[in-house]
Amino acid sequence: MPVLTYRDALNAALREEMRRDPDVFLMGEEVGVYQGAYKVSRGLLEEFGPMRVVDTPITELGFAGVGVGAAMAGLRPVIEFMTWNFALLAIDQLVNSAAKMRYMSGGQVGVPAVFRGPGGAALQLGAQHSQAFESYYAHIPGLKVVMPATPADAKGLLKTAIRDDNPVVFIEGEMLYNTKGEVPEGEYTIPLGQAEVKKSGRDVTIVCHSKTVSVALKAAEQLAGEGIEADVVDLRTIRPLDHTTVLESVGRTHRCVVAEEGWPFAGVGAQVVDVIQREAFDELDAPVVRVTGADVPMPYNKQLEKAAKVDPGKVVEAVGRVLYR
Amino acid sequence: MATQVVMEALSPTMEEGRLVEWKKQEGEQVAAGDVLAEVETDKAVMELVARVSGVLLRQTVKAGQTVPVSTPVAVIGAPGEAVAAGNGVGADTAKRPAPQPAQDAAAKPAAQKPAATPAASTPPAPPLPSAAQPSPAASALSSAPGARVKASPLARRIAAERGLDLHGVQGSGPEGRVVLRDLERAAPTVAPTRPPARPTPAPGLPAPAAAESAKTAPPPAPVVPAGAPYADLPLTQLRKTIARRLVQSIGPIPTFYLTSEADMERVSEAREALLEGDRRASGSGAEVKVSFNDILIKAVATALRQHPACNAWWQEDHIRYWAEIHVGMAVAIEDGLITPVIRHADQKTLREIAVEARDLAARARARRLAPDEYTGATFSVSNLGMLDIEEFTAVINPPEAAILAVGRISRKAVEHEGQMALRRRMRLTMSCDHRVIDGATGARFLQTLKGMLENPLALVW
Repeated sequence: MPVLTYRDALNAALREEMRRDPDVFLMGEEVGVYQGAYKVSRGLLEEFGPMRVVDTPITELGFAGVGVGAAMAGLRPVIEFMTWNFALLAIDQLVNSAAKMRYMSGGQVGVPAVFRGPGGAALQLGAQHSQAFESYYAHIPGLKVVMPATPADAKGLLKTAIRDDNPVVFIEGEMLYNTKGEVPEGEYTIPLGQAEVKKSGRDVTIVCHSKTVSVALKAAEQLAGEGIEADVVDLRTIRPLDHTTVLESVGRTHRCVVAEEGWPFAGVGAQVVDVIQREAFDELDAPVVRVTGADVPMPYNKQLEKAAKVDPGKVVEAVGRVLYR
Repeated sequence: MATQVVMEALSPTMEEGRLVEWKKQEGEQVAAGDVLAEVETDKAVMELVARVSGVLLRQTVKAGQTVPVSTPVAVIGAPGEAVAAGNGVGADTAKRPAPQPAQDAAAKPAAQKPAATPAASTPPAPPLPSAAQPSPAASALSSAPGARVKASPLARRIAAERGLDLHGVQGSGPEGRVVLRDLERAAPTVAPTRPPARPTPAPGLPAPAAAESAKTAPPPAPVVPAGAPYADLPLTQLRKTIARRLVQSIGPIPTFYLTSEADMERVSEAREALLEGDRRASGSGAEVKVSFNDILIKAVATALRQHPACNAWWQEDHIRYWAEIHVGMAVAIEDGLITPVIRHADQKTLREIAVEARDLAARARARRLAPDEYTGATFSVSNLGMLDIEEFTAVINPPEAAILAVGRISRKAVEHEGQMALRRRMRLTMSCDHRVIDGATGARFLQTLKGMLENPLALVW
């Protein structure tokens, strides 16, 4: 199996879907001539031409709206946001148009669009450019939210997202674009709504997604040195949320830590904890502990930024709490 | 303030308890942890323990009475403390005469009242004014043990399943929370505090051999009303517990295996005589030769008639005990196996069984069986003796509760009438669904079956 970077896995998914279905097109800032701010669309303009790889002005609300309209008219747009921080300007199109169109048209008009781009913090980009917004979109009935953590998941999930007949919010990670992993060639799709156990263990469940998957795996490595085997569950899709995999894992381990990059209040982890306390109450040997980003605007100062982010040490510490150590 | 003592759930499945004997009498001083009474639960006689210290002011349930869990059975309070109506006996209180004026109650010498008057006739007195009743015990009681135990949901669930009392477990979590590891440490010391009226099962699974003595009297056989093909019996609490616990161990069918060895000399002689008789009668040999398998089916069906508890289906929320006996016989076919059924096998002659078995087996191999010919067995037999298998275990065909695996007949050196002799022997292994069949139940069936094979005349007796 070839080893690809996360960005090239996304590129392969886009290329394969655009070859497969002439209705698929890519639109966004710098996706064409510049080949993508993060080089995800490298070579696509060359292969598919300017009708299907469309550069836009810096007008997030505008081109998101064009994307929704194109989808309503029967195309399958992939709308790239340079980051999800900038997509705040377009959120009205996602929440009020994309998410509601099928419902408000009585099922007559769907919006088979994918909105994608990097989310969360990178390094020292400041408070306005270091935000994890998955809980915003996961809150909205009518939107699906997908967050791959590995190159293989990035390819398999993006292909599925493009084929989905409903709007999908596809949040990548700027810090993940350069990570490498084995990626199946050709047709490879992963159903939405399926979490994956990235590492098996019997002592504690660590639920994570996107960038926190590698954080959880590093924590698990450290814990293994102390004789604690962690079950690392990567949600992969935030909505629909895979209850079964999470509950099965908690049923085995009886203890759970939920890690996420975003802020604690009403975060994705809060939803996961809600499911666990209700569906697995009698399995719990300890309260579920969440590890989140600090409840502050992201500091620019390097040391403060480090302190505000989720890291393996914080996950290890949380595991210690649920194990009463 | 007086504290109510209630009938506690002393086993996870207990719904009511019979108060066998009071160990503390009215007026006696009791300390938290003292045994107040013996209570018979659905499983054993256990101890009802005081959760607070004080004086046993009143017994509200008499020895011999059976009351549901949570029913108040006694009141513990300060010496001489009056028992308020609300603290008394629940439903009974309403039928009592109206409380007498407080004056009356206060006028009586407080100290002698609880001991002197029998509970049933004592009119509930209103609580005394605090001026007349300084209660030094009150503050002590509120901090006494018996307060809510902090425990994780998992620890509570497991304690309930194992019948452990969390009050006796030292919690190691925050604020003394009892967590899983505390139960693992506590299990050996907590369990024996219960009177071992019956051997306390280990926290794990009762092994059939250890938990059940074959010498105990056979349980009453399930009775199917005359004329009905079967009877559905609701699951008892004990049966439900057994089913739940065993499936957790081996699932989804908690199977155990019983092996016996039958002496086949007499059956072999009988079979040879039958074949010889047919040969003489027809001159060329019978059209149907009786096989050991036919004899076995006949014996199984006859033995099942005596052991209806093994002729049953597990139906998840109840057990179906069959009055009809339909024996399935596993037949190997080209790419698998199928189990045609000899219906009412107990009512058929050996010859009928032989004819039918031959026909079913032939049509099974030709894949010409109708669905109703391979479904509905109440018990199955699988025979690999012809393939030289000494013994094996067969997989239960749900919802049937058991299957018998039959090995080959071979000559073995065994003790026979005080001498070493070469005898034809056959191994029988019965796979039992423990949710339906207990160890001794299956063993008794197997014993009967062995007896029938060793004395084939019993088949027609």
